[in-house]
This record gives sequence, structure tokens and C-alpha cells, in this order.
Amino acid sequence: MDERLPGYKGLALKLLLDAGAEIGDLVRIIKDDVVLEGILIPRSEYGDERHITIKIRSGYNIGVEVTPSTRIERVSPETKPAFIPPQPPEQKPGLPKVSILGTGGTIASRVDYRTGAVRPVMSASELYSIVPELADIAVIETEMLFNILSEDMTPKYWSIMAEAVARHIRSGVQGVVIAHGTDTMGYSAAALSFALQNLPVPVILVGAQRSGDRPSSDAALNLIGAVTAASRAPFAEVSVAMHETTSDESIILHRGTKVRKCHTSRRDAFKTINATPLARVIGDKIFMLTDEYRPRDSNRELILKPNFDERAALIKFYPGIRPELIDWLVSGGYRGIVLEGTGLGHVCRECFPAIKRAIDRGVVIAMASQCIWGRVNMNVYSTGRDLLAMGVVPLGDMLPETALVKMMWCLAQTSDPEEVKRLLLTNVAGEISQRTVEYIEPPKTVVGRADGN
Amino acid sequence: MTIDYRKIGLKVGLECHQQLATREKLFCGCRPELFKGEPEITFLRRLRPTQSELGQIDPAAYFEFQKGVKILYEADTKTSCLVEMDEEPPHDLNREALEIALMVALMMGAKPVDEIHVMRKIVIDGSNTTGFQRTCVVALNGSITVDGKEIPIEHVSLEEDAARKVGEEGLVIRYRIDRLGIPLIEVATGPVISSPEEAEKVALAIGKIFRATKRVRRGIGTIRQDLNISIKDGALIEIKGVQELELISKVVEYEVQRQLNLLKIRDEVRRRGLREEDLREEFVDVTLLFKETQCRVLRRSIERGDIVLAVKLPKFAGLLGFELTPGLRFGGELSDRAKFWGRVSGILHSDELKSYGVTDEEIAELKRVMGALEEDAIVLVAGKADNARDALKAVVERAREALRGVPEETRAANPDGTTRYMRPRPGAARMYPETDIPPIKVTKDLLEKIKMQLPKSPEEKVREIMKVYGINEKLARQLLDTEYDELFETIVRETRVAPTVVATILTETLKALKRDGFNISVLTDEQIIETFRLVDRGITTKEAIPEILKWLCKHEGANPADVIKELGLTMISEEDLQRIIDEYIEKNKSLILERGLSALGTLMGLIMKDLRGRVKPETVNRILKEKISGKITIK
Ligand SMILES: [Zn+2]
Repeated sequence: MDERLPGYKGLALKLLLDAGAEIGDLVRIIKDDVVLEGILIPRSEYGDERHITIKIRSGYNIGVEVTPSTRIERVSPETKPAFIPPQPPEQKPGLPKVSILGTGGTIASRVDYRTGAVRPVMSASELYSIVPELADIAVIETEMLFNILSEDMTPKYWSIMAEAVARHIRSGVQGVVIAHGTDTMGYSAAALSFALQNLPVPVILVGAQRSGDRPSSDAALNLIGAVTAASRAPFAEVSVAMHETTSDESIILHRGTKVRKCHTSRRDAFKTINATPLARVIGDKIFMLTDEYRPRDSNRELILKPNFDERAALIKFYPGIRPELIDWLVSGGYRGIVLEGTGLGHVCRECFPAIKRAIDRGVVIAMASQCIWGRVNMNVYSTGRDLLAMGVVPLGDMLPETALVKMMWCLAQTSDPEEVKRLLLTNVAGEISQRTVEYIEPPKTVVGRADGN
Repeated sequence: MTIDYRKIGLKVGLECHQQLATREKLFCGCRPELFKGEPEITFLRRLRPTQSELGQIDPAAYFEFQKGVKILYEADTKTSCLVEMDEEPPHDLNREALEIALMVALMMGAKPVDEIHVMRKIVIDGSNTTGFQRTCVVALNGSITVDGKEIPIEHVSLEEDAARKVGEEGLVIRYRIDRLGIPLIEVATGPVISSPEEAEKVALAIGKIFRATKRVRRGIGTIRQDLNISIKDGALIEIKGVQELELISKVVEYEVQRQLNLLKIRDEVRRRGLREEDLREEFVDVTLLFKETQCRVLRRSIERGDIVLAVKLPKFAGLLGFELTPGLRFGGELSDRAKFWGRVSGILHSDELKSYGVTDEEIAELKRVMGALEEDAIVLVAGKADNARDALKAVVERAREALRGVPEETRAANPDGTTRYMRPRPGAARMYPETDIPPIKVTKDLLEKIKMQLPKSPEEKVREIMKVYGINEKLARQLLDTEYDELFETIVRETRVAPTVVATILTETLKALKRDGFNISVLTDEQIIETFRLVDRGITTKEAIPEILKWLCKHEGANPADVIKELGLTMISEEDLQRIIDEYIEKNKSLILERGLSALGTLMGLIMKDLRGRVKPETVNRILKEKISGKITIK
């Protein structure tokens, strides 16, 4: 593959190289009785090697099949578009300072309509020019931490994020926003909840279910909601800001340890599980939905505990699961296993010997439920009682994903399995509660009292 | 006024859109249908103008966004899913739709592209939940021949239809997304059409090719044409959404008139010595002046708490009332702009104030306040302060454009063929690839398969009908034009009624009924077939058909057999007929005695007038002849 001709290979690449053509050039393709002219467009890396994509005069792209006898001529070189950034909006004095940290994904982007390339935008001035509303909310500083896909996220990146957030908070900002891909945003939110303790200001993760190049993108409203919360929300917790419903009306803030992506594509994919969401943002108003939160206090001293031990695994139990899976993890040096059991917290009896062997070797085994909603209770049935007797830790109403993240974090805090167990059952960031109340669907209209306004 | 269209350099290009009759929508499995009644689902969205790599933003779209325009979408679960709600990525391109589009392309001699790339065309008015329309070119460079002239077909595309606007309340625009995603074929001609009639003929010819596939949707709103019209010294005007083919020539005619008249206005203001800098955005709040006014429009606005804002348009006196096309004065153009940019309900101007109940004293005072001279015009708007200001800014801008001639814009067609301002013409089409749908190869196998199924061209079909059914060319053409060719063939196959009779009823009779104001669109194919079956079985006669059809038009869904009873159109038995004819003969004895057999015609007329549809004329003729001959012999 040639860097100047992304996506092209084989015959198509050869013909283009022979013609000396580059992306953006006006080219002429002559084959049989057909002559076609257009701007050379990059091809998808999964495209075949027998087609060339051009943008014809009407603006449409078409793929033209090439054969060894096809001739390609470079008509004229690319006329590089000169980007004239629009005037950034006037910055209002006296606004709170907010840092926006980028991790990849496209919270904001700009399309090159000539080649179809979508370029992410991250600098503060560009963000202002694309989402001018931000200039009325906060003075923004941006930093690109790394640029990866959300699914490529690892605990090492959680540590980098946590350290960067701490650095920005210590520099005196009123809040931090992290732009994050949505697939693993829930995991990262949980990780930051444990790594950033005693927070003085809010840390808001924000993503988009529709990419920023679309007019219908949810990115801008989510970002506006996130920056509003970061600058003025009365709480100082890690949370996720996303659409509350399919409408572009309200942004809901979920506590970082209680949030889960529950839909593959909807704008309101993120839901708070086993708890009430923290707050709702409508326009420039913030409405608290619960009284149970750590209040904002700039004088509070942040405690940073950014380390995670990756030797932990999450196993979803299923009928017919092989107990050797557990043995394999133990022999591989894993120190903690979260079982995502059925119902109130069960796995089949066939797994018992393997679980016992693991616990005997000092591996911490904890239980969450694959029901997602509700808490585990291992006293009700004999299977649960037997597991408890073996030393399996019941994790109450903790989400399985949060439980895994917490296991990694606990393992990094201590080498003593007993201390890990104790920590697992200690509420660090609202991940575990003793009480679940009847779930009341948050009303879709404006309710609650306006705070921090 | 006759216009030499060649001399004024008229150039028209057409974009013909036609909904396809597929089982599913273009990018999801929903039914391609509209729903009636209350929506089951509503949701509110905002569309944000996206920036291009050049930093450009569509000014009209950005303006709307800044004003806080919101879109309320309405849906039901039968006709839309998460795809139309923009909550789920599009599914694969509908193969059935692709095959129909390729079929049309081949019928127009266009060359299918090797690989189809679906694009996103930015459309930010809310008609697409995504903010773009998905569209793809399937073939290039075809041509059709219309009246011996070759009309180039630039491209044949396949695209998703847009949501339909159902209302607008303040800043909230309501759209129904049932129509969104219905497959639409677009055929674009080159800008070579040089007269209004030709435009209509080309559209008709393209429509015929669409319908020859037998796989397109029919009825109101399933076909829409956009027209690009320009004349020398005028401007390229895009007119959207002409739904009736018969309107096309009128739209072109009116647009030419409009442009020519705008050029006259240009010449006139230049003659009067107007310069662009004379037109200033100096707005005066004249609310107090109209505090006690008898003008109902102004009084109602003021009572509502609106302000009345005025601007002077120097040297425009008399021009605002100048008629551009029937019903559209130059003032109307200013008003359209004010409505679009200022969301006000319209403007009032000095050429028409009196007719709105503004007194001479008020006008004099207004002129004094505005410092207006005899040759100046004054425009008033009522509304909220910033809306009124935006409206007048747009009015001043439009007045400045008058000095330059015809402003480039996108206009929408009205049902009478005139047009109204829609928005400024968007810059170069902003399209970028739809990355959620992989490119689709157009294989040789697929093209071979389609070539096998290619329907006859309308010309071939005319010749075939003439030959097989022995009807004349005129009738055959009419059958194809009215799209009753298929129904014609069914009726001829199922009954013994003569093809010429069937063709005449389906074309001339129905046309006459429509002309007389009957709503023939309620007639179903089944009702028409059944009517011919009744004739075939001797239950009624072909002469009764027009009466039956009239009744069916007036009573939607009625059963033809019942209609016959209702109207007393059942056949009279020969026995009864003998008796009835005897009565006629008795009554007209003297006439028969006087004129003998030549009285037959008169009697025939009398009887048929009374019994039309209940007797066969040949039977009456036979009996009459027998009886009259008998009478004469007796004598
Ligand atoms: Zn659908």
C-alpha cells in the first residue's frame, strides 16, 4: 500500500502510480469506449484492487473498474483547499475554566467534501468554532491525551487518563471533561471513579452515538451538557454525560460506577443501573435528581490512586461452561476473578471444585449478576450458600463491569487477598449500596430543583 | 405577450423523481407507505450545520440554527423503525430498488457504473433526520429522443425520499418520517430544453419510461419534478417539487415571465438613478404612529405586543405593486424574504397601504417620519423586535438585488404554476461518502438478468397494442398516456367487449368525465373490470357504461352490479321491448304513415333517448324495422 494512495493496491495502485496521480488530483480514466473524469478519492482498505474511486463533477463518487488495458491520465494536480477558520466567538470574561481531554473518537470533526475525509477537531479554538455555544459556558483548555478507538482502551490508558485529570484539577480548573468513544466509556468511568478519590470538582466523560460530521450528531449537545456540568454542577464526582432520550432536549449525568451502555446505536444508550441518575441538564440549567452526592469543594485535596492490576478477569457463566476456564486463569497467574452468575448469584455445581482450588491458591473470586438489574443474594438457595462458604465474595448491586474494574484497582492497592475482599465490599465511589428503592423512571420533562445556577 | 424563447436564451434542465413500488424501503425493512391519523411516536431534534474542511457553513442553515429552529418528528411503528429515527445505521441497499433503477437506466441507454457508492448529501431543513440524504449514481450518460430531438440524460440515481412537512408552529417545524426512506429514482437531463412545451414533453417521456417498468408507485405525490431554469441576463433558478406533469410548461412560462419582469424592474430603478448605497438598513419604530389605526392587520399585531418597524426603499415607488406573474407582485418577493429570514407573517408596503385600511393622514405622517419623497416606497413589518429587524434586513437585501436583476435562489412550485421563494441556492452540493454502506458492485450477471426483463419501450408498446388489438394509433397512444394499457389488456382478455369500445371508454369517456368534474381517481381497476363483465354477460349495455362510471365516481367503493339496479339500467327483455315499441309506434302513427321507413331514424332517436343503456340499439333497430315494415304493408 502506498501512503499517498490510501486503500489502493494491486492493479489499481499500479495504474495510478504509473500515471503519477495522487489523492485529490483530477484524473481521466480511459477504458474501452468510456472516458470518465473526476477527483481521485481514497478507497476503503477493504475495497478490492480492481476499482478506482473518483468524484465526478456532480459531486457523486463512483467506482470505475480497471483492466490492464485501462489508461489513466493525471489532468491536473489537487487544488488544496485553503482552510479559513471561522472567527471564534467572543470569549466572555469571568467564566469558569474547564479542561477538555481528548482520547480518540470524534466528538467534533470537519469534513473535506472533496475527498470525503473526516478530520477530528480538538484544539480549543476549533471546538469553539464548531460548537460556539461553549464560549458562553466556560473558558476551555484542551489536551489530546492519545488517539485510540474506544475498544482498544486498556487499564494502562485508564492510568494515563487519571493522571492527566489530576494534573488539570491541580492546575485549578472548575471541572474536567473527557471526550471518549462510547463502547468502553462505562469501564473508563468506573476506573476513574476509583482512581480519583476525594474529588474537589466534577469529572465528566462524554461521547457521541452519531459521529460529529453529521448534522444530526448528538456530539455537540452532549458536549455542551458536559461542559455545563463540569463548570457549574454542584457535585464533585466522575460521571457520564449523554442524551437522556432520543430527543435533543436533555442530557443526563450518570454516576461513573453505575452506568452501562445498554443499546448498540441509540443516542440514549447509556443507562444508570440500580440507582437514580445524578443530574439532568436542560439548556443552561442543571437539575439534581438525587441528594446523595459529594458536593463540589475546590479546597478538597484530590487523592490519586491511578494503578490497576490487569491480572483480573470477568467470566460470564452459561449453561455448559467448562470449569477448566477457571483453572486456566489461575495457572495463568490471575489474582482475581469476577463471576457474572445467574439470578441471585449462582454458577453450576460442576464449577465448585475449580472455584475452591482457585480460592485455596489465594485468588479472589467475587460474584455479580448477569441480570444487570438487582443485587446478588447468596443466602436464598443452597448453591449460593455453598459458594459463600467457599469464600466467594457477593458484590451486592455492583455492575459486573464495574466489579471487574474495581477488582483490578483493589489488586493494585494491596497484595493481601483478605484486604482485597474487604476493599471490594467497601463503598469507594457509589458502586455498591445497601439499599435499592423502587425504580422510578426519571420523568422526561423538567423536574427536580435547579442547582448551581 | 408571446415570447421567443430561443431569443431570450431559455435553458431548462429537469430532475424527475419517481417513487418505486418496492416491498421495503431503501435502507430498512419498513413498509414504503404513509400513515394517517395521530402519530404513535414523536421526538424533537435540532440539526447543526456542519463545517466543511474549508470552514464554510451554509448561511441559510446556520441562520435557522441560530434562531433555535427545532424539528418535531412524527412516526408510527408500521412505517418507521430506528433507521428512519437516525437511531440505527442503515441496512444494505434494497436490491429490488437497485434493479428497477438499473432497468430505467438501461431503457434510457445510460451506462451503469461499475461500482455504486452511496453518498450523504447535506440537507439541513429537517426533511432528513440524519441531516443528509442518502443518494447514489447508478448510471451515467444516456439519452432519450423527444419529438426527434435528443435529450441527454446526465445521470440516473437512486435515493431515499425525504420526510414530509406537516406543519410549522413558531420555531418548531413538524415532519412525518413515514415517507423518509421510500426508494426514489432520479433522472437528470442536460440543460438543453428550450421551450415550456418541450419541458413538459420531456417530463412526460421520462414518466412513461418509469411507468413502463410497472414497478413504480402511482398516485399523488409519488412523482415530483425539479426544474432548473435560466434565461440570458437572468439567473439559474431551481424550482422544486412540481407534482403535476401538466403544470411544467406553466411553471417554465411563469418563471421566464418573472425573470423578464425582474429585468424590467432592474432597468427602471437604474433609470431612476438608484445606487446600492441608497438602500440603507435604517429602520424606524413606527408603532406609536399606528396606535389608533383602523388597519386591522396592524392593530391586531400591536395589540399582541408586536412592534411595527418601517424602512424606506428610495426610488421604489410604484414598483412594489408591479406584477411579475399572475398573483405575484414584486412586493411579494420582498414579503417571501421577510417571512423566511424574519419569521414574520408578511409585509405591508406603501403601494398597498390604503387597501389595508390605513388612512391618508397616517400615510402622510408615515412619509414625513420616514423622510420619504414621492418616488420612494416604504415597507412595514409587524413582529417581535429582532424578527422585525431580520425581516427588514432581508427586504433591503432583496431590494439591492433588484439593481442586479434576478437573484439566484431555490423556489418552490405552487399548485397554480407560480413559485415562491424557498431559500438561497446552496453552494456546490456538499456530498461525502456514506461509510455505513459498503460500495456495491454492478456485476455483468446482474445486468444480464435485468436486460432479460427489460420492458418494451413506450413506442414499441404503442405499435404492439395497435397490431394485436386492431385499434388506431390515437387510441393506443392515449391508452399509454393515461396508463390504462394494462387494464385495457385485462378487460379485453376477460370479456368479449370489442377492444375499440374498451379503449374508447378508458380514454375518451374517462377524460370527458374528468372534464365534467367527476373524481375519476376513486375508480378502482376492479370496478372498471366488473362493469365490462356486466356488459359482457348482457346484464347491461355498453351505452350504460358512462352512467355507471359517473355513479361510481360519486359513490366511492360502490358495487357496479348494484349501481345498475339503482339506476334502473338493467336490460329490458325482448318481450317488454316489443310492447314498449308498440306504444311508441302507436303514438307516432301519423309520422310513420307519412314518411314510411324513413321515420325509423326519428323513432330510434326517441326510444334510445328514453331507454339508453337498457336496450341494445341493434335490437331496437331490428324490431322497429319489422314493425314499421308491417305497418306500411298493412296500409
Ligand atoms: Zn425503517
